[in-house]
Amino acid sequence: MINAEKVVAIIYAIAERIKAEKDFLTQLDNEIGDGDHGINLARGFKSVEEKLPSLADKDIGAILKGVGTQLVSTVGGASGPLYGTAFMKAGNACKGKTELTAEEFAVAFNAAIGGVKMRGKAVEGEKTMLDALCPAYKAIKAGIDAGKDFVDALADGVNAAAAGVEYTKTIIATKGRASYLKERSLSHQDPGATSSLYMLQTMLEVLQRR
Amino acid sequence: MVGIVIVSHSQKLAEGVVEIAKMMADNIPIAAAGGMEDGSLGTSYDKIYDAIDSVYSDDGVIILVDMGSAAMTAEMVMEDMSGRQNIQMLDCPLVEGAILAAVELSDGHTLETLVERIEDSRVMLKF
Repeated sequence: MINAEKVVAIIYAIAERIKAEKDFLTQLDNEIGDGDHGINLARGFKSVEEKLPSLADKDIGAILKGVGTQLVSTVGGASGPLYGTAFMKAGNACKGKTELTAEEFAVAFNAAIGGVKMRGKAVEGEKTMLDALCPAYKAIKAGIDAGKDFVDALADGVNAAAAGVEYTKTIIATKGRASYLKERSLSHQDPGATSSLYMLQTMLEVLQRR
Repeated sequence: MVGIVIVSHSQKLAEGVVEIAKMMADNIPIAAAGGMEDGSLGTSYDKIYDAIDSVYSDDGVIILVDMGSAAMTAEMVMEDMSGRQNIQMLDCPLVEGAILAAVELSDGHTLETLVERIEDSRVMLKF
């Protein structure tokens, strides 16, 4: 069970993680993009942190939608509309809820991924955030369906996302600014997949806290 | 008259495209939505929203973009403006498309006619 208080704690922790990794994410984006992923996402999550107190007493759907709209209006790069849509779609799926079961989390996560696919017009294998998010979702869903404790299923998801990030090094980008580099994008880890991994890792860390 | 919005990661680029388009037709409603609020590189939801607002009429608005988040953010603005009709983003070269649009729209052509003709901007040779 994830309650609204936990969701808020997770968002704060994600904001801290993104800020801490800002330079590394920017460096990855320097290599195959326009060099602003870390800077943009850190700016976006800083404004999310500022917005959170006004969202904290609302239902999970409203909190996630609030995070999404804040990201859209402050990130300034592709991760704004992409993560923004992801959080907004997850928020729609959690409308009115103050607690999420494992199954409800999976539905919301799937809605978030659907939002990213719709907004970015990408699928797996194009060297994007989807190459971390989609394997993570499949692993989490498989774990939940097999009756695993949610935190264990989420740990499987984090492992799958990490493997996805490694996988992005082996493929050429066919979406986003990196697609202009073609073969030169090979052997580089995708920044969006990396920031997605960090978010999932952070969620796991918060939920593992006693 | 159909309005035009030019969306770019760069404020200077968007304003420059507007400037060039106005050379062809100075009577069209056309607005630039480039860069972030502080003028740095990036795409701004609010700038795009305000730009569409400034040129909107029942005749509609066409939106031209440079790439990536310009298109995605414009799409999100359009979704939030779903009450308004005839707002359409066109996929075409930014400069040539803006010039073609300015010429067509200042002649009073409709949005639908422009949508058909915008493909011409893809094959215009520069030299």
